[in-house]
Amino acid sequence: MRSISFNQIQSKNPLTNMYLGSFLLAISIFDVLIYAFFNTNILSFLPSKLSTFLPLVLGFIGLGIIRMEYSGIAILDKLNKNINTNNFNALLTLLIIFAFIKATPPSLSWMIFDANISGDTKEACTGTGACWTYIKVWFKRFMYGMYPNDLHWRINSAFILVIALGFVGYFFKENMKKYLALYYVIIYPIIAFLIIYYLISGGSFGLVWVETGAWGGLSLTFIVSFFCLIFCFPLGMILALGRRSNLPAVRYISVGYIEFWRGVPLITVLFMSSVMFPMFLPEDFFMDKLVRVIIAITLFEAAYCAEVIRGGLQALPRGQYDAAKSLGMGYWKMHIFVILPQALKLVIPGIANTFLALVKDTPLIFVVGLAEIAGMLALAKTNPKWLGFAMEGYIFAAIIFWIICYAMSKYSYNLENKYKTER
Amino acid sequence: MSDPIIKIENMNKWFGDFQVLKNIDLSVEKNKKIVVCGPSGSGKSTLIRCINRLEEHQEGTITVDGTELSENTKNIEAIRAEVGMVFQQFNLFPHLSILDNCTLAPIWVKKMPKAKAEELALEHLNRVQISDQAQKFPGQLSGGQQQRAAIARALCMEPKIMLFDEPTSALDPEMIKEVLDAMVNLAKAGMTMIVVTHEMGFAKEVADEVIFMDEGMIVEKAETKEFFANPKNDRTKLFLSQIL
Repeated sequence: MRSISFNQIQSKNPLTNMYLGSFLLAISIFDVLIYAFFNTNILSFLPSKLSTFLPLVLGFIGLGIIRMEYSGIAILDKLNKNINTNNFNALLTLLIIFAFIKATPPSLSWMIFDANISGDTKEACTGTGACWTYIKVWFKRFMYGMYPNDLHWRINSAFILVIALGFVGYFFKENMKKYLALYYVIIYPIIAFLIIYYLISGGSFGLVWVETGAWGGLSLTFIVSFFCLIFCFPLGMILALGRRSNLPAVRYISVGYIEFWRGVPLITVLFMSSVMFPMFLPEDFFMDKLVRVIIAITLFEAAYCAEVIRGGLQALPRGQYDAAKSLGMGYWKMHIFVILPQALKLVIPGIANTFLALVKDTPLIFVVGLAEIAGMLALAKTNPKWLGFAMEGYIFAAIIFWIICYAMSKYSYNLENKYKTER
Repeated sequence: MSDPIIKIENMNKWFGDFQVLKNIDLSVEKNKKIVVCGPSGSGKSTLIRCINRLEEHQEGTITVDGTELSENTKNIEAIRAEVGMVFQQFNLFPHLSILDNCTLAPIWVKKMPKAKAEELALEHLNRVQISDQAQKFPGQLSGGQQQRAAIARALCMEPKIMLFDEPTSALDPEMIKEVLDAMVNLAKAGMTMIVVTHEMGFAKEVADEVIFMDEGMIVEKAETKEFFANPKNDRTKLFLSQIL
């Protein structure tokens, strides 16, 4: 066995090699699987150290044998190219596979087999696994915060309306297309604000007034993210253009703004907006805390947006500016029709990045007493009747945030592909 | 003779401390074709970029179609709309189709109705023989096709003057001819043209005058036949001996 080098075997008979290698690999994975799921060590007859490392050794040799330049078998070639390029990678591959197999049974049993979901008190959770009863009981709170239970339809219908209006742009006729930007930048935010104001806040049209302090949960996450996103983008665009302006006053104001907001932590901005800011306002002037928070986050994130967009502006060759100017376009026409469409297309990944960060920054509004989904979790986990279920809550929130963020990043990939015109 | 459409008097320009253009005097009459040649770095491109004020000059005067170009020129866009320009790197707008490239400025700068602008664009695309590519994007076209599209785009503004900044320098050799053909056709149609180029064949065929520049100065300016037959300046002779 020693005298024969692997390479020789491979060049002579790839098929035998493949069977032998996959067999060894299969044995090693099988052994770990059995051990992980049934807690029986089929190699227990061997000395303890050997029985622990034997799967690794067998798998390693197996991967070594099936590693070859080209076999003609699609799966094998893909495997070799991606996870089995050399000894070190083979070892890492095995370790990851084994760790994954090892971790599967306990996490599965915690999340599913030993978990409870029935009942509606803490006592219903008798298993050793997760207590999903907790999530079930608190679900409405996590979604709607302290908003009165019988008024939840108002939040739901407001969201459905706002989302539906968001799709209106798709149905614009060809000759209306030029108003698309106008619609999304100015008209849509105003309508959305009015819908949310009249439907969720209430106070008129026979609807009961619900103060913003009672809003919360996932719906508040959506409201804050939504308004911050649609306002910070145009503001960032203006700042980016301002920073590149030839007019010194405009340029220095933009630079000053961007550097100021990028230099302060969001949490202090939120504190200022809710605690300090009202002190500077006249007595009879009232601005809701939620509105102040949204403005604060918008101003903060606009500075980041501005720098991302500026990156795109700088990536454009000077020839594009020259060409637009030589056709007689002024500053605004040049930017609206030639520069910004290209620059914004370039910065879609960066903008998506900023927006994702914004959504994940919204839990910070808890520090000023607004409880969106993570804030509601923090409240729920300290409820005396439901102590000790922080883990379930955070896993739940993590899944929700992941779904939101994954949807956003998927959407940004789609946009990138949609506007790809090079070749 | 009519008044010159472009008149440059005693113009100087600096990039920082470096003087790129020295005492330029030039006047171009309507329907004339001028070819500007000279070694690289001699200021040819800068000169024609000054004519539509993509570069600003510091001293002297430039008058285009009766309007003097200066910092106080209010409607520089209006002048640029009358002066078409074709660039070495084509500079088509990559996010727009060829047709949209051509109609963008007529629609938004000249306020032309869309249907009329498209008709005009197709006419000019036809003139440079790429009307069949109208719906494609610039990235899908060859260099020669892109440059012809750029010429059509400039023509769609119906300019009085066309400036060409080394239009064939970035092209593969076999594509140069199709672009030059389009330019020759344009010249024959009576357009006022200033062309920076090294294509001496083109100069001989269409130019009324040839200007030779070196180190920011106009070294020699002569009628085409005279320029090639009896160059006066030694520097011109050397240049011609190397390029021909």
